[in-house]
Amino acid sequence: MSNPKTLFEKVWEQHVVVEPKGEPTLLYIDLQLLHEVTSPQAFEGLRLAGRKVRRPDRSIATVDHNVPTTLEGRLNIVDQIAAKQISTLRQNCADFGIELYDVDSRQQGIVHVIGPELGITKPGMTIVCGDSHTSTHGAFGALAFGIGTSEVEHVLATQTLPQSKPQTFRISVEGELPQGVTAKDVILAIIGKIGTDGATGCVVEYAGSAIRSLSMEGRMTVCNMSIEAGARAGMIAPDEKTFTYLKGRQFSPKGEAWDKAVAEWSKLPSDPGAKFDRELVIDAATLVPYVSWGTSPGMVAPVTANVPDPANAATEIDRKSFERALEYMDLKAGTPLAEIEIDRVFIGSCTNGRIEDLRAAARVAAGRKVSSHVSAMVVPGSQQVKAQAEKEGLDKIFREAGFDWREPGCSMCLGMNPDILSPGERCASTSNRNFEGRQGRGGRTHLVSPEMAAAAAIAGHFVDIRTWEVREEVTA
Amino acid sequence: MEPFRTLTSLAMPLDRTNVDTDQIIPKQFLKRIERTGYGDFLFFDWRQTPAGEPISDFVLNDPRYKGAQIMVAGKNFGCGSSREHAAWALSDYGFRAVIAPTFADIFYSNAGKNGIVLVKLSEEQVDELLKNASTIPNYRLTVSLEAQTVTDGRGFNASFEFDAFRKFCLVEGLDDIGLTLRHAAELDTFEKQHDAANWLKAK
Repeated sequence: MSNPKTLFEKVWEQHVVVEPKGEPTLLYIDLQLLHEVTSPQAFEGLRLAGRKVRRPDRSIATVDHNVPTTLEGRLNIVDQIAAKQISTLRQNCADFGIELYDVDSRQQGIVHVIGPELGITKPGMTIVCGDSHTSTHGAFGALAFGIGTSEVEHVLATQTLPQSKPQTFRISVEGELPQGVTAKDVILAIIGKIGTDGATGCVVEYAGSAIRSLSMEGRMTVCNMSIEAGARAGMIAPDEKTFTYLKGRQFSPKGEAWDKAVAEWSKLPSDPGAKFDRELVIDAATLVPYVSWGTSPGMVAPVTANVPDPANAATEIDRKSFERALEYMDLKAGTPLAEIEIDRVFIGSCTNGRIEDLRAAARVAAGRKVSSHVSAMVVPGSQQVKAQAEKEGLDKIFREAGFDWREPGCSMCLGMNPDILSPGERCASTSNRNFEGRQGRGGRTHLVSPEMAAAAAIAGHFVDIRTWEVREEVTA
Repeated sequence: MEPFRTLTSLAMPLDRTNVDTDQIIPKQFLKRIERTGYGDFLFFDWRQTPAGEPISDFVLNDPRYKGAQIMVAGKNFGCGSSREHAAWALSDYGFRAVIAPTFADIFYSNAGKNGIVLVKLSEEQVDELLKNASTIPNYRLTVSLEAQTVTDGRGFNASFEFDAFRKFCLVEGLDDIGLTLRHAAELDTFEKQHDAANWLKAK
């Protein structure tokens, strides 16, 4: 091939509106996803400048961050500031002609869960949202990244964004993932290895046989946490699995248009010989289940390891950060991770709130009971995930095991709604960030896979899921 | 946006790495629909106890740094969530420049749109500034965006890289949407062709 290109380069080039000399490229944006938290000031900016939304048909909105996850709570939101933010989104969508999947819609859910499941997210698109986990959509071979509110306004007004071309970074995970090692463990391992700023300024393409073997849900989990390694976006080449996932979804092309779309999407994967600015190869066989021990997603260790000693930190400032993290987490260096007792379990979020995540957790929970000193909740990522889980009887399995079964939303991933940790509480969480106070002030977050979270709920402490008997299938 | 050319100010040391946007502005303040008034909530959980008492050993509460407009911090400053509220809080509190070895991408973009200059220096240089700012009373730095230098008037002199277009926008205080609309004709033409690509449509 004369000029082999990467997946990223192909998508980028198809969206270049103009490349003014000495300025960033003006990039066309196919889709903007909107939610209640990062959009109000953008709409206000449009009003103040007397501008319109250029392409309401290329915008979709939902409510997720603030929405309570109990039925009663949703119908009457007690937090008046949150309620105002949600009603503001309603008004903005009505005024500017944007479709909103509101709290009572069958399509409502976490913005990064509903895009793919409705077939709105498609290979080759450019997708933005005022949310850093927009990288999730890269699992379909889209270029998807989080933006700030000024940029949300910019996209609403112009359907473009000025962008400097990022570097490309291919991370190949080769070989077969060992039993008990999930997509979540793959991305935690990558972040632990390259660090929280290891991919800053880069678009990461995840490749290799272990990535190809993941389901679309697993691929979304990997791409979702790209931002936790500092990456601008994460992408995975579309393949038969991608097309099978998308076929027949509400907004997927139909009939002849579908065939044409598949033909176009099939051209997207990186060409053989395409050059990346950086490359990293990881042997899948070396991966294990991981648990985060600190207050940054790079602070992870194998479940069989001990809490690390800050004395071994590379630099003085790192040592201080380690010490501070251990103090916040109330952990002592040398403690086996598997001995850490937990108070709460959260299964959900845009990282691990999809149907396959719930199935995996249910296989662990089936026929067992949540530990008497643990309070555990399962929060489906969307109404569709919830409906599917209930059809399969997963809700029954969780309830019988003692888990709380909730309504869809961001829930305890970020504590912007009533689901929060109390000070000092320790949580095994399938979410994406273990920052100080992320799940509630003084709360202590340990990031794990859905299987590991379910097992921790039952044992009352972390356990190595590889040593557990897990059911092959679950049926209610 | 207020133009930025040269700033001389007290420098406040924040000797921490991976300062994430959840710390810069905790989530409970993201429910507001306004763009202003976030300064009081900057580093809220680090600044005061749950009971509302100031935490005296947090640097923002140290009277020596009152009025500082320049912050010096560890690597990967501004990581995490895309919340522009982090930039609004810094700017509203009075910070106009942050010096660190690295910054997270989305925060970098948000800061620029709010007139905050982010200066990347090497880890060694930042270590020196952190040390100076915490030990030398009334330690002042000058950040010149025009010259792309950081100086302290007592021997420290470092130059930094800065994207030429971003510099132009900051120095002139330019609004991005207005700049993009200079290309309205190209955009119309592009969009007409691009709309034919049905496989890239949302619905």
